[in-house]
Amino acid sequence: MKGKKKIISLLLMSILTLVLWGCTSEPASKPGGDGKGKDNDLIVVGYAQVGAESDWRTANTVSFQETFVEENGYKLIFDDAQQKQENQIKAIRNFIQQDVDYIVLAPVVETGWETVLEEAKEAGIPVILSDRMIDVSDDSLYTAWVGGNFVKEGHDCVDWLAGYLEELGRADEEINIVTLQGTIGSSAQVGRTKGVEEKLPEHPNWNMLDKQTGEFTQSKGQEVMESFLKSYDDIDVVIAENDNMAFGAIDAIKAAGKDPGEDIIIIGFDAVKAAFEAMIAGDMNCSVECNPLHGPRVAEIIQKLEKGEEVEKTWYVDEGVFPASEAAKLIDSRPY
Amino acid sequence: MIRRFREKIDPNTFLLLITITLFVLMYIAGILIFRDKHFGRVQVFLNLFISNGGLIVAAVSMTMVLISGGIDISIGSVVAMTCMLLAWMMEKQNIGIIPAIIVVLIIGVIFGFFQGLLIAYLKIQPFIVTLAGMFFARGMTAIISTDMISIKNEAFLKIANAKLYFPFGGYVNRSGDIVYPYIYPSVVIGLVVLLLMFFVLKYSKFGRSIYAVGGNEQSALLLGLNVRLTKLKVYVLNGFFAALAGFVFCLNTSGGFVEQAKGFEMEAIASSVIGGTLLTGGVGNVIGSIFGVLIKGTIETFITFQGTLSSWWTKIVIAALLCFFIVLQSILGSSKDKKGKISKDH
Repeated sequence: MKGKKKIISLLLMSILTLVLWGCTSEPASKPGGDGKGKDNDLIVVGYAQVGAESDWRTANTVSFQETFVEENGYKLIFDDAQQKQENQIKAIRNFIQQDVDYIVLAPVVETGWETVLEEAKEAGIPVILSDRMIDVSDDSLYTAWVGGNFVKEGHDCVDWLAGYLEELGRADEEINIVTLQGTIGSSAQVGRTKGVEEKLPEHPNWNMLDKQTGEFTQSKGQEVMESFLKSYDDIDVVIAENDNMAFGAIDAIKAAGKDPGEDIIIIGFDAVKAAFEAMIAGDMNCSVECNPLHGPRVAEIIQKLEKGEEVEKTWYVDEGVFPASEAAKLIDSRPY
Repeated sequence: MIRRFREKIDPNTFLLLITITLFVLMYIAGILIFRDKHFGRVQVFLNLFISNGGLIVAAVSMTMVLISGGIDISIGSVVAMTCMLLAWMMEKQNIGIIPAIIVVLIIGVIFGFFQGLLIAYLKIQPFIVTLAGMFFARGMTAIISTDMISIKNEAFLKIANAKLYFPFGGYVNRSGDIVYPYIYPSVVIGLVVLLLMFFVLKYSKFGRSIYAVGGNEQSALLLGLNVRLTKLKVYVLNGFFAALAGFVFCLNTSGGFVEQAKGFEMEAIASSVIGGTLLTGGVGNVIGSIFGVLIKGTIETFITFQGTLSSWWTKIVIAALLCFFIVLQSILGSSKDKKGKISKDH
């Protein structure tokens, strides 16, 4: 009996060791194997991504994975931080030790990057930020930042609305607007609110009746819109600082017996696929894009740095405005 | 052969040896597989300590709690609360670094004291008490501030970024400068805690009582040990270490944030178990737990060096390792039981 147990234990141990060995070493042996010389010509980019929490984020990741391929002369090392800053810090340390040529960081949070970016600087590796900014006292810790221009998105929103009202022949009418703001203090909320407010004085016949936060969620957006509808009877336009809140507003307007898209003009931000569906259904009028395709822009910066050129600190990605009239045509080409 | 070997050596040392061997084998494998990616650099090894400084403190403390027959799942939340408190005090209240650290350590001790009181004197299960503690600390973190607070305190950043260089083992970086391997003060704190607890558990009366209480509470009582007081002391010390782990963690991230250190307690438990600590109490040692932490770190390093594997594989490999060690412990444990219970309480 005792002997049997020992044999079993030995067997189990050896099997498990083998399995573990297989797990760790088998897939790992691939990249080292295929030609060292070829690897040396490639520009190695370490990419520390936030995670995969939304469609937007996934499209953002895919954009990098499709841009930094071997055909274009790159080798991408991708790390999914699972929404944890600790993981990103570890990943960056490992990138540094592997002597990558560039580090791309889409930070989970804005704070706490000094130490690890100082290490990257000491190792002489340029760091390019994507999407969110970081809060550091020393600007030289990163080479460039790539992201959306939220203020411009706000401007675009106002300009589109002005054009649309003219089309409808309501350019001189009194227009009452309400805004569903994003989570207060987030860069998207701050930028978009600012962009809209900067352009409002150009249209003296527009009234901003009220602004309240819907925290970027559909349910909160609906709640706030319901209270708006109770307080004001003649709302003409809803500006929702992301599409999800716009969907909430649509539900609230329908519940109040009005026709979203007709009685009340609805503008959203982000231009996710579901927004195109809402526009095709006639519930929404316009969505201003927040472009997740940062990969090509980052590649552009890297190419400049490779040639030894100086690069600017701030880089915006191109962002479009998508009205309902074009939704049906564009929906299939939307990657997210 | 194994049998003769096993008779000479007790099962716990055997488990520890397996953990160390596994780590060494994994590391050598890493050096061989990723030799063109500089896995063999001294700094790669030191980074295991740098990135896991807080976890080392937490795992050492967790090992002590597990040996006493308890568990503490509030550590992660206490770490988050500590970071947030430090950031809030230094940035929003302009409190100096020294008083801020003293305050968080005291709060840790008080936190541990209350948990210990409920566990030792009211005999409530440690899991439930620390579950409540976990929710409480996480909630308090959000009450202090739901926004991130970045620490800009100069003295703090000086400590956080103070590199202690080694005089050897450097490499030449891309701009042609030699970079010597370095550690941060956080690593020193982790190692001091490790050494301290190693000696306390092995040689002090308090340390021996923890093993006795965890191994068999009844016999410990009959031996004339104050079981309740020992348990209370364990949780008070654990509270202190949780806050210290928070400080060390904060040195690495220099900021407070509600979502920080989620699942940290589970990583500490996993490290302890991989290091040969039994969840039933009475068995374990801190050296094993350090190797548990290092094994976890090595797996993570493997995955980033490999470059194309999803980082979620870390979790799967850890799960496999946990299974492996639990099965091993159970086999060794059952053969130990047959020999008689004398060896368990020695």
